[in-house]
Amino acid sequence: MPLETPPRAESFRELPEITVASDTRDYLAHAAKQALKYDDYELIVDIDAHLQEGGFWGEIIGLLENDVLKQTAEEMMRGRGGMPLINMQPGMSFQSLAGRVPHQSGPTEPTDDPAKAGHRFVQIVRRTIDTMGLDYQVIFPTSMLHLGMNPMEDIEIYLARAYCRWLTEIILPQDKRIIALAYLPFNTPSECEKLVKQYGDNPQIVGFTVCAVRHKPVHANQYMRLYSMIEETGKPLVFHAGPHWDDPSFTQLNRFISMHALSFVHYNLIHMTNWVINALPERFPKLKTVWVESGLAWIPFLMQRLDHEVMMRQSEAPGLKRLPSDYMREMYYSSQPMERQNLALLEATFKAMNAETQLLYSSDWPHWDFDPPSSVTTLPFLSDQAKRNILGLNAARVFNLPVKRLRPRAAEVLAREAERHR
Amino acid sequence: MPDVIVGKASDFKDPGRKVVDISGTEIGVFRLGDDFFAYHNICPHLDGPACQGKILPCATEDVQADRTSAGRVYSKTQTNVICPWHGFEFDIRTGRHPTDASVRLRPVPVKVLNGDVLVSVPNRS
Repeated sequence: MPLETPPRAESFRELPEITVASDTRDYLAHAAKQALKYDDYELIVDIDAHLQEGGFWGEIIGLLENDVLKQTAEEMMRGRGGMPLINMQPGMSFQSLAGRVPHQSGPTEPTDDPAKAGHRFVQIVRRTIDTMGLDYQVIFPTSMLHLGMNPMEDIEIYLARAYCRWLTEIILPQDKRIIALAYLPFNTPSECEKLVKQYGDNPQIVGFTVCAVRHKPVHANQYMRLYSMIEETGKPLVFHAGPHWDDPSFTQLNRFISMHALSFVHYNLIHMTNWVINALPERFPKLKTVWVESGLAWIPFLMQRLDHEVMMRQSEAPGLKRLPSDYMREMYYSSQPMERQNLALLEATFKAMNAETQLLYSSDWPHWDFDPPSSVTTLPFLSDQAKRNILGLNAARVFNLPVKRLRPRAAEVLAREAERHR
Repeated sequence: MPDVIVGKASDFKDPGRKVVDISGTEIGVFRLGDDFFAYHNICPHLDGPACQGKILPCATEDVQADRTSAGRVYSKTQTNVICPWHGFEFDIRTGRHPTDASVRLRPVPVKVLNGDVLVSVPNRS
């Protein structure tokens, strides 16, 4: 293309390649600009972001309340590093797309002196939530999402306790904008009950999570007392999906993309089916359930499938007083990873699930398929009120959060960033 | 649409790039051989900093004459820049996504004049 005017030397700032060592604020600089567009929204809550606990594993291991496991883990860390007691296969972790999406492999960015600026993880979360324009961020683990498949049940129990202690004793007291869920060692119901008792009154533990990658039927009678206890707290029960390539059916899939696309949906499909067909919403009418990180496309699929079959096989789901989709429409769902390729289908999905009141924005940051808040604000078929609900007001109802702005103004964040680069 | 010198052509690696912020307009300038290309540093997916990502050859499926696959191999001719937010890849020569060519980076005029690389910065409001 021809150039029309004489060239001129003009000052400019060179922007570096984004790498695993990039500062979160640089990584998300474009999100900070997007935040200007929803700066007047009352409340922005990200209900699913992740701790990459590998960088802090020594601290969590240090809180293990079992001497044998603690000594075992510390010895393993001294010998080979890595994440002892975690049942993931490091050689099969293709999330970062061979470095194409480097935030999945971090964080390795420098942070300030923790004695002055707070725990390293707290510093990084503050960078994230200020840059994205969030009032609250709900933290989930990453590698611990697989613990439900660990054949050593005591590992899940003691790591769950250590993780909850690390959160409530070290991290959460440093910033009220960081909130979390207690990890339930769901393979051992009695231990889950202890954690509900212990953290039911903690204001920064806003719910209880079942990491859904596991082969445990959620309708089993052994869980009914646990659900009653959670219902009484008024806090939600949150099923967080995850990947698991070792599931026998998935061993047929030869690419990470294939396993990832199906696995996250697979476990929530199973748990939701058991939850509905066994009529648990009738037994626990006040228990709020949230289904996290399976995207949205599975919801109308399962609604249609179960409605269709229940009409023919009522005798196998006798506890239901309404159609499965009626119950599912009263549950809550996180937004990420939002399938946005076909907006007509997405709009139909929003209608099917009553998204305006039931959908909760989630980023999944810093994972590779994260969604910034603009994934919601740019949807052409949503009203302004629907965007406000999905980005924060719905979450305030589910997690009992005050509708009170805690985040800085977007212009203030941008000015701070400009100063940092001056 | 003022023209701005962003550097000497000889300072660019091959393949290489420089991403610049000119008074709030972010532009990625790329070199492949003797050719230069420039795009807005905005991914058409979710506005990520697409030009600041990794540069890699395009991955291809090595399908044989008998229609069997010999696996994945990197292209010898196509080089992509990859948005670091979500991995969207774009052919540096065309700015287009390898799977869906309608998804593309927005081009910016660029040329080499007397050894300098010049981009035409779109009018700023």
